Amino acid sequence: MEPTTYTISIYTENNVGLLNRISAIFLKRHINVESLTTSPSEIENVFRFVIVVKMKQENIARVVKQIEKQIDVIRAYYHTDTETIFQESALYKIKSEALFEERHIQNIIKKSQANIVTVSPEFFVIEKTGFREETEKLYEDLRPYGLLQFVRSGRISVSKAKMGISEILNTFKTKNNEEKSS
Amino acid sequence: MKSAVIKNKTSHEVKGITGAEAVIRCLLAEGVDLVFGYPGGAIMPIYDELYKFQDQLHHVLTRHEQGAAHMAQGFARTSGKVGVAMATSGPGATNLVTGIADAQIDSTPMVCITGQVASHLLGTDAFQETDIIGISTPVTKWNCQITKASDIPSMLAKAFYIARSGRPGPVLIDITKDAQFETFDFQYEPCQGIRSYQPQTKIDPTAIAEAASLINAAQKPLIVWGQGVILGQAEEEFKAFVEKTQIPAAWTILGLSALPTSHPQNMGMVGMHGNYAPNLLTNECDLLIAVGMRFDDRVTGDLGTYAKQAKIIHLEIDPAEINKNVPVDLAVLGNCKSSLQQLLPLVSKKDLSPWYQRFEALKATEINKVINNDLYPTKPGLTMGEAIKVINKHSGGDAIIVTDVGQHQMVACRYAEFNQSKSNVTSGGLGTMGFALPAAIGAKMGAPNREVVAIIGDGGYQMTIQELGTIFQQQLAVKIVVLNNEFLGMVRQWQQLFFDKRYASTEMINPDFIKIAEAYRIPAKKVQNRTELDTAVGEMISCQGPYFLEVCVEKEDNVFPMIPSGASVSDIRLE
Repeated sequence: MEPTTYTISIYTENNVGLLNRISAIFLKRHINVESLTTSPSEIENVFRFVIVVKMKQENIARVVKQIEKQIDVIRAYYHTDTETIFQESALYKIKSEALFEERHIQNIIKKSQANIVTVSPEFFVIEKTGFREETEKLYEDLRPYGLLQFVRSGRISVSKAKMGISEILNTFKTKNNEEKSS
Repeated sequence: MKSAVIKNKTSHEVKGITGAEAVIRCLLAEGVDLVFGYPGGAIMPIYDELYKFQDQLHHVLTRHEQGAAHMAQGFARTSGKVGVAMATSGPGATNLVTGIADAQIDSTPMVCITGQVASHLLGTDAFQETDIIGISTPVTKWNCQITKASDIPSMLAKAFYIARSGRPGPVLIDITKDAQFETFDFQYEPCQGIRSYQPQTKIDPTAIAEAASLINAAQKPLIVWGQGVILGQAEEEFKAFVEKTQIPAAWTILGLSALPTSHPQNMGMVGMHGNYAPNLLTNECDLLIAVGMRFDDRVTGDLGTYAKQAKIIHLEIDPAEINKNVPVDLAVLGNCKSSLQQLLPLVSKKDLSPWYQRFEALKATEINKVINNDLYPTKPGLTMGEAIKVINKHSGGDAIIVTDVGQHQMVACRYAEFNQSKSNVTSGGLGTMGFALPAAIGAKMGAPNREVVAIIGDGGYQMTIQELGTIFQQQLAVKIVVLNNEFLGMVRQWQQLFFDKRYASTEMINPDFIKIAEAYRIPAKKVQNRTELDTAVGEMISCQGPYFLEVCVEKEDNVFPMIPSGASVSDIRLE
């Protein structure tokens, strides 16, 4: 069976060693990580990893269980592309001359709905957020005009289904209080 | 003692003590009275406190840090408590790693405490600095580095909680030297829970009901149990379940001793060198009930042909083990003690005599083709099997048997008799040669009133032979039996069977083991003839202190039955 793209979302405690633990799970199984981002989540002191991998369906559940097994992981989920809303951001640095000399470039920017982040006498920077195909298309369109730098972020994603992390944490709180009072 | 003010008159709250003293007080608060370790520069402040607290906390000085880790494992396996090992930074810490990996794969509760260079030196390639957190991450259940004394109580509390709860495992705590010197106000509270870690799953009553109906409907059911029964302290519940259902039960190597050997429903070992009947009948049963085991490849052989005809129920505490290797029809998540308790009233007895006849017939074949040759040989050379048989006779099945890795391990596990649980200590998942001698030391200290017999090959013995020094210094009554075939026997067996007898680097030129034992003032005897065996083993068992027995066995005997690596359990060979 062909590998599928999965977005793994991991809610964690803030622990310095955790990234190492999680990446070791992929390393041990020779799984190439397409992208990885970490950020604070919607809950205070809870962090969120978003990892994109291409894997066979029968393996993804096993890997996610191994991730969830880590002590500092609160919960881990995996979703296919249709089950999530996801975006990536890209930055494009171009010589300023190009912006003024090549009229066409302004059309490209307008059409792609990209934003100009900064303009200086030497260079200007464009930002585009969207699907991979969109940031890639803009890359292809701008390349003939001489890209000084190009960088793309990892995927960020929210699931269509509810994750319910606050509920999980509340259950723990109640359970713990019950145990303490009993 | 320097600790000035004691609030509440308990040792759990003390003002102005060092991080090093706090480590000792945490251990005492956790009920630890025994640690295994080896001192060195970065852990000296803790050793200084061990000196002061020596009346409450006994430290066993090992001869190598690997020995300390295996001793902590042996201690944990026979006592059911968390084993504690200590080492200094750098090589001290890395020497622990083999034991930590062994404890991880065999689910042994262990806390390792390592010293680390002072925090201002971290990342400077300082003397004896290694990134032990990075190194130990893949082989620990949890690990963490402490750079502030005030973090010591909560982190150690967490370490013990994690090591012993759920599916147990090793935890490593790395403490920088400055944190050991730093003073703070100590307060200790045992860990009650961690929000991101929920080791106790509530048993799903629907799963229990489904399991019961599958069990009650089965005509040819087979139970395979593992160490989960022992770790979950579920021996009583398991026995009751086995007896009420009358289902034949077989064990994985780490499950051994959870049900007495003499139990009529004990069908022996599954796996590569397991018994003929339970291996073959795995592929004939209509229901496989796996209790606290993880379908290791040495148990299943080829997964594509493993129990395909059977429905499979998996009673398991670790969610990550469900469907990991073998897809199951029904998972019952949770501690098997609770699952079995809940199953018990719902299951019923059934006449399985035709099914038992299959076991009997295959057992007769194995006795005829393998067991008789092992236990009642007609050749002049001694076999490993008859040595185990004589040990059984003198121990009466009451001894803790500690084994190393290789042929002797398979033979010992196949033939050793056990009357009670927590009696089999072996390196299962990792297959660590050198495990047995130090593990036997820990096993004896974990169960001081029991007889401990270490059965070791001549290869593995020499990997940690220096721990004879620890036995000598501690004056421990560990009985050591080396089954000497002057070969790395299991590798040689594979070379014979699969590499056209090219015995690459498996022949051993051995030293005089008797002289080595005697150098440590351990009484020693060498047996070369069948006629001497019984008396020598009798003398060993009745000896009050340690004893070393070398049994010279047939050089090129093989262990059978055998499922060749990667083959199906149905392809088990008897010769």
